[in-house]
Amino acid sequence: MKIRIKFRKYGVMKFIGHLDIMRYFQKAMRRADIDICYSTGFSPHMIMSFAAPLGVGITSDGEYFDIEVNSTKSTAKAIKALNDTMVEGVEVCGYVLLPDNAKTAMSIVAAADYELSFKDGYDVPATKEAFEAAIDEFFINAKEVLITKQTKKSEKTMDLKSLVYNFSVREKEGKPVFYLKLSTGSTDNVKPELVVEALFDYMGLTYNSSAIQIHRIDVYAAGDTPNSFISLGDMGNVIS
Amino acid sequence: MTKLALSDEILMKIDKPARYIGNELNSIKKDKEKVAIRFAMCFPDVYEIGMSHLGIQILYDMFNKMEDVWCERVYSPWPDLHKIMKEEQIPLFGLESQEPIKDFDFLGITIQYEMCYTNILQVLDLSQIPLLASKRTEEHPIVIGGGPCTYNPEPIADFFDLFYMGEGEISYQTLFDLYKDMKKRGASRKDFLHEVSKIPGIYVPSLYEVSYKNDGTIENFAPIYEDVPKTVQKQLVMDMTSAVYPEAPVVPFIKATQDRVVLEIQRGCIRGCRFCQAGMVYRPTREKDVERLKDLAYKMLKSTGHEEISLSSLSSSDYSQLQELVTFLIDEFKGKGVNISLPSLRIDAFSLDVMSKVQDIRKSSLTFAPEAGSQRLRDVINKGLTEEVILDGATQAFEGGWNKVKFYFMLGLPTETEEDMKAIAELANETAIRYYETVPKEKRNGRCQITISTSFFVPKPFTPFQWARMYTPEEYLRRAKIVNNTVHEQLNKKSIKYNWHEADVTVLEGVLARGDRKIGQAILHVYEHGGIFDAWSEFFDYQRWLDAFTACGIDYEFYTMRQRDLDEIFPWDFIDTGVSKEFLKREWNNAMAESVTPNCRMRCSGCGVKKFGGGVCYENKN
Repeated sequence: MKIRIKFRKYGVMKFIGHLDIMRYFQKAMRRADIDICYSTGFSPHMIMSFAAPLGVGITSDGEYFDIEVNSTKSTAKAIKALNDTMVEGVEVCGYVLLPDNAKTAMSIVAAADYELSFKDGYDVPATKEAFEAAIDEFFINAKEVLITKQTKKSEKTMDLKSLVYNFSVREKEGKPVFYLKLSTGSTDNVKPELVVEALFDYMGLTYNSSAIQIHRIDVYAAGDTPNSFISLGDMGNVIS
Repeated sequence: MTKLALSDEILMKIDKPARYIGNELNSIKKDKEKVAIRFAMCFPDVYEIGMSHLGIQILYDMFNKMEDVWCERVYSPWPDLHKIMKEEQIPLFGLESQEPIKDFDFLGITIQYEMCYTNILQVLDLSQIPLLASKRTEEHPIVIGGGPCTYNPEPIADFFDLFYMGEGEISYQTLFDLYKDMKKRGASRKDFLHEVSKIPGIYVPSLYEVSYKNDGTIENFAPIYEDVPKTVQKQLVMDMTSAVYPEAPVVPFIKATQDRVVLEIQRGCIRGCRFCQAGMVYRPTREKDVERLKDLAYKMLKSTGHEEISLSSLSSSDYSQLQELVTFLIDEFKGKGVNISLPSLRIDAFSLDVMSKVQDIRKSSLTFAPEAGSQRLRDVINKGLTEEVILDGATQAFEGGWNKVKFYFMLGLPTETEEDMKAIAELANETAIRYYETVPKEKRNGRCQITISTSFFVPKPFTPFQWARMYTPEEYLRRAKIVNNTVHEQLNKKSIKYNWHEADVTVLEGVLARGDRKIGQAILHVYEHGGIFDAWSEFFDYQRWLDAFTACGIDYEFYTMRQRDLDEIFPWDFIDTGVSKEFLKREWNNAMAESVTPNCRMRCSGCGVKKFGGGVCYENKN
């Protein structure tokens, strides 16, 4: 049986990297008595795969991983069993049964929503209105938005126009907050700070990564029509 | 959620921020307003090492079970953070509360190896606590030292308010009660230290005075007040089965060195190897009942979710109920994806059978620790392992499918000759010959792989070798070279790999292990000149230590190159570990006579620990 688990990551847990979160959940599976399947061989490992790694420093309301189980508790009981053994800063909020032929979360990830806000104690370099106007000029009304992405091996030029599905700014608690829907996954992965930094550059502002808290809101698979998306959390069925 | 002591900006720019944020599963948070004592428990090395230490886990659990005590953990900030904390004057903090340690009642530091001494000063310095105990005032925490290195606390005596000698389970409640009581009465730090020195196991260095002879050895060591004990008694747990043990240990987010459940099956060792400090100071051997261990295994695996369980003891094969325990662990947990790790097992039919069940034979290696290459020298060190036993064990292993063997030896042992050094390489060669004789060509999976590692012997206090001399780094390397040359002259040289340790560190360990109070100023000098993380070869700087000795007018060879007189007063003689100096002398003489002493189960050798009234000394005697 295939199960998809959704969790939130917040507070100090943002400093725990992806590999350690994987280790954390492997141990949590045992503590919560989830009847997870193991691979065969001399050193068996759990059948578990994460949707999209989250960078250190980023919080999230929508993280996903899939597991395979031999048997399962109900959704409510499994969520409770897991949350009884979570640390502060990780909360399991979904546990659903996927069809047997479901593709893994990792292979279907297509987009993610992000919120970028200014942390307390740091200067906000422009007003919401100024950012809004700049987004219009820099992004909405432009034909193409080329940026250069530095990878370990080479430089890659990307057109953000086709990879950024939404880019807006709103005001929250008196400060501008950026909202982005970005292409995500193994082929065209766009990091939110790359886009916002490009905007700052365009405006002649210095992007200070320490000043900005990045928060992932949700992760999506591609929908049936172009540029439509379905949340990974909206797939599968609740187990009663 | 607790506010972190370090800003996001700092945490995002240092390596492994998870070392400093706390919040781990099973870590304990309390309301600081509702506790009487705040205790910071420190392992002065990096988080991943410190978190792996069993002793701290036991005390952390025990202290936090006391309602009015809140014990937090603290480790050495890595040099990247160290620099930032110094520059920005950020005080070192407890992981749980993220609050400065300088505001705590106690800072307890476990001292597991000599090369962490500069890290002790780092922790004090970053905590903004004066390095010298004599400079501390009423507002500073009481700094306590514990752990194996405190069996000679003198080189670091100046930095500690008090030392706790022996196993921590025993006297802390009494110490805390006294502290609370005296605090309530408004007593001074000085008065507290005077009173606490009367609790068994507590040594307050400032209450003792040392005088030296012209030759630099100790003339007299005595308390400065009449009501302070002349000797300090090691504390030990007599009932291991009912002793407190953490059923829900803290689970780190990042991979610690010990990322597994650790079951302590016994304390002490019956063997009596003459170089081994643990084998002497943890006497008598005390076992934990197998039923209690089974129960602990269940509970600890459940509470942590660890995927591995390991046994801990000095010599697991001597645990009388080993077979039952290991069979239980395999039957109960192997099918549930839990690995079983069995260190320090003697190689025999039983252990090979067990290991073939829990390890991948093709990948794993077998370990032998003969410690000395020749039978003569093994008799000197009382390592009751014969060449026949080693070769038979290896042959059985080769028959069982293994082809990797690791050997551990020491160079520089008392009475060592060139023959003994060569015998190390020869034993490895003999083992290789056994492989090629035992395993037919068609069944071989390439060559056998034999790895020899040698460390250089450091004489430790409270061992029969505490009188022994050491050598210069050049001499140690000359000896390693003899082994290396012999390996390369042999037929099976291609099947044998030889590694040896650094010689400089060995000499320093020797100075620190058997040094006296005069050494303290050199440690301080090293720290003040940038020395931290000396246990890490990338940070260790031998020259910095040599410079410190010169600057402090210390002839360090006084501590290493001298064979001590049998009547010499040692800096640690005021400690009573239960093992008598008479026994140690007898054993030194037996060593020189190449005479073997039987283990505790074969015959009692009258070491003195029978007075504790339990353990192996009373087995089968009820």
